[in-house]
Amino acid sequence: MLAGLLKPTSGSARISGIQLPGGSLARARVGLISHHTMLYDALTPRENVSFAARLYGIKQPRERAEDALRRMSIFDRADAPVRLLSRGMQQRVSIARAMVHEPQIVLADEPYSGLDDSGARALTSLLRELLSAGTSIVIVTHNLAEGLSLATHAAVMQRGKFVRYDSAERIDAGSYAGTYREALAVGG
Amino acid sequence: MLSAAWLIARKDLSIEFRTRTAFLSAVVFALLGLVIFYFAWDPTAVTTNDLAPGVLWVIFTFSGLLGLHRSFGVELADHAIDGILASPVTRESVFLGKAIANLIFVVAVQLIAIPALVIFYNLPLGTVAGPLLAIAILAAIGLTAVGTLFSAMAVNTRLAELLLPMLALPFFVPIVIGAAQATAKLLAGRPVVEVGAWIKLLVAFDIIFVAACTVAYPFTVED
Repeated sequence: MLAGLLKPTSGSARISGIQLPGGSLARARVGLISHHTMLYDALTPRENVSFAARLYGIKQPRERAEDALRRMSIFDRADAPVRLLSRGMQQRVSIARAMVHEPQIVLADEPYSGLDDSGARALTSLLRELLSAGTSIVIVTHNLAEGLSLATHAAVMQRGKFVRYDSAERIDAGSYAGTYREALAVGG
Repeated sequence: MLSAAWLIARKDLSIEFRTRTAFLSAVVFALLGLVIFYFAWDPTAVTTNDLAPGVLWVIFTFSGLLGLHRSFGVELADHAIDGILASPVTRESVFLGKAIANLIFVVAVQLIAIPALVIFYNLPLGTVAGPLLAIAILAAIGLTAVGTLFSAMAVNTRLAELLLPMLALPFFVPIVIGAAQATAKLLAGRPVVEVGAWIKLLVAFDIIFVAACTVAYPFTVED
């Protein structure tokens, strides 16, 4: 819904002050990482990411695409068709695709899914860069260690509702796994 | 809006150029259709001028459906369409981009199928080549507008291959009637002014279908 793919039926939400559904203006501010790569397997990573850059109206889309691929350490495979890449490499390209327009808000649904160690490190480093640049990031993950290492706030969602919501300062990363499991167990 | 539409069309055409699956299928289908009609034809009972328009528009319609089905099929593999819909590009641009790519696809198939028809049926094309091409393009615009909309609606269903022709063919009827009637008159040697009414009908359908389908498309992608 925040990414503009679903129409809100009730409630309200704002993206950078824009009330949803905010149309093109709101969508331009969001970068979406999903467990689906949203890539065309007949095209190369360079073509996929350049295409995304053009959709966002970016000047010099090819250069920006190359830069995004470099940041995800996948530039050396920029000209291989996506269908020939491993799942982890495709995920890296998908993340480069989501970041190419330097969004103000990143929505990441299981972004570490399928990534190997090197890919996970590249992603964490990229997310830290974005955080320090003032980008808001919402990560949905079952990987508590990765999630908590980046988070300023953490929530546990059960059947579409928050059953816990804490500031990161109040969270002890060591015991949060147990708290997380308990919250889910209580929620059924 | 048009630059975004062209961007999407170019992407679709690049994918088709790279894979060539739908284009080759459509061309082979069109040529096989011509051959089968040719061998089933009794020249003593039906003249070429009576048969050819029907053959042309049957293969035109069904080979076009192959391309139309592929149009949103390429977006399914890894939810690629979500990447487009989450971008600032308007839904109308997405539709127009898909429709432009489909139009180019259908016209490209016809550029092979029409000369093959002329050769097979020894048609007196001569001076009617230009008007015939214009009719083919007008008909293709209407068919691709309607077909693209129904392709978007059918693609997420389990029986997409069946559903697309079932939904689209009734809407193709007025276009195919207009195009077939105009083609028959041209091939019969009638002056171009006599097909003016059919051409106006095709233009009217194109305007109505392109506008209505562009407006309707956003409703097919909103949950």
